[in-house]
Amino acid sequence: MLGSIKGMLVTLVSTFRKPVTDQYPNKPRQVEPRYMGFPALTWDHSVGEPYCTACMVCIRQCPTQCMTATMKDNPLHKEEKSSRRKIVDVFEINLNRCILCGICVEVCNFDAIVMSHEYEHSGYERNGDRVALDGLLEMGTTYQKKTNWVPPSELKKALKDDLALKKATD
Amino acid sequence: MTNHMDQMDIEHTQSVDMMLNMGPQHPSTHGVFRMLLRIDGEVVVDAEPHIGYLHRGSEKLCEGEQYHQVVTLFDRLDYISNFNNEWVFCRAVEKLMGVEVPQRAEYIRVILAELNRIASHLLFLGTFGLDAGAMTPVMFAFRARERIQGFFEAVSGARMMHNYFHIGGVKEDVPHNFNDLLSSLLLDLRKDVEECDRLLSFNEVFVARTKGVGEIDLETALDYGWTGPSLRACGLEYDVRKAEPYSIYNLFEFEVPVARDGDCWDRYYVRVLEMYESLSIIEQAFSGIPDGPVMALGRRLIRPPKGDVYVRAENPRGEIGVYLVSDGTDKPYRVKVRPPSFCSLSALRHLVRDTYIADAVVILGSLDIVLGEVDR
Repeated sequence: MLGSIKGMLVTLVSTFRKPVTDQYPNKPRQVEPRYMGFPALTWDHSVGEPYCTACMVCIRQCPTQCMTATMKDNPLHKEEKSSRRKIVDVFEINLNRCILCGICVEVCNFDAIVMSHEYEHSGYERNGDRVALDGLLEMGTTYQKKTNWVPPSELKKALKDDLALKKATD
Repeated sequence: MTNHMDQMDIEHTQSVDMMLNMGPQHPSTHGVFRMLLRIDGEVVVDAEPHIGYLHRGSEKLCEGEQYHQVVTLFDRLDYISNFNNEWVFCRAVEKLMGVEVPQRAEYIRVILAELNRIASHLLFLGTFGLDAGAMTPVMFAFRARERIQGFFEAVSGARMMHNYFHIGGVKEDVPHNFNDLLSSLLLDLRKDVEECDRLLSFNEVFVARTKGVGEIDLETALDYGWTGPSLRACGLEYDVRKAEPYSIYNLFEFEVPVARDGDCWDRYYVRVLEMYESLSIIEQAFSGIPDGPVMALGRRLIRPPKGDVYVRAENPRGEIGVYLVSDGTDKPYRVKVRPPSFCSLSALRHLVRDTYIADAVVILGSLDIVLGEVDR
């Protein structure tokens, strides 16, 4: 009898607890800063073009082959406004295929791709979640604005400079 | 007249066993698993398990992926304890390459893997309660498990498919608020585990449903290749973390809970006790976590030398083994997984014979299988 009574006490105590359930569609989920949602492309605001140069590293490293891209000559480079000689022309991610592993972000050399905080994607068609360049950039800029995104390479550089400074002062 | 007819009927009727199809979409089968039960009234005469509904060809897929991509496939084997799975594959490649993993990375790995063990056992506790007819524990268990999942999201960015352990270390260092998050999590978690324990373990109805049900003796269990908590419930103190200490498990003090009878309740309670031990391991690791790098290899293509290696580890469900053959290229030649739940499941027919249908559900639940790992 004792075991049941003990169990009942637990339920009794928990009756007066605040519920931990969030009513999802009415109250959107707050995600952690590191949350890996669907991949998106970033926008270089200082030049006014995407970071991506369509170098194909992420596409080759993707375990599910969910991305495609083509490259073109950068018109802004001819006008000497940008340091990128080549720029992305077409980029498409099939988000239904993506497994959100984050390998593309790890291998990118140009800070061009991020795991955004988007997670609400569903559709009625089998291939309805193919997102093209403009859609990816929109997702990316939303993410950049929301998280005050700083390119990881700049962060790394700052860290290195800090370390060098420390060494010099020591 | 009618009375006479009835008597005639009874004389000529004979009882025929009935086939009962349980699954593949049955709430108690924990995934897509099908059991064909031959029943005589309420009693199960024979059972034929059907597996393969979740077969994705993981082992073959591994041969087509580069080493760092294979980790994502291992995440999806035993999808309740992802960190443990990632870890065993990473260890296999590290052993083949002779890579020394930085101490900090080892500590992070131990903490996350043990948390994952608790999460897995909590899920077991909740669903096993459901199988035995207790509706409440699953709410408490999932509430606690959700805390762990939230912590995983803060550390690795994903609640379940993390891809956080990399060959040679972990992907990136833990977030800056890791210490605060973990210490508050540990406080809550101990309370939650105790709560779940009090709620279910010694409840008279639950004990009546599980004690003495699905008994298996040690010899038979060993013959079926059982490992992990299910084997320890039969009385053998065998834990890979103790028998063949890997990583930094030799630095920690912990007990290996053992039961005696090998029935459903023992299999359940060994797992409950294991949660407390895991908590103590996490606390020890948390107090001793050193500073330093978390990655031994730089960002380069992983190309292990020619050769083969077998690595085993203690997963929440038992001993997982990975046999890896490398031909010197950037993709594995062969990856063989020895899954613990497949071996537990193979004893099912032996266990459910001559029990009631309701007990068959409890027995299946007590084996704690994950079909992603059984079918691969």
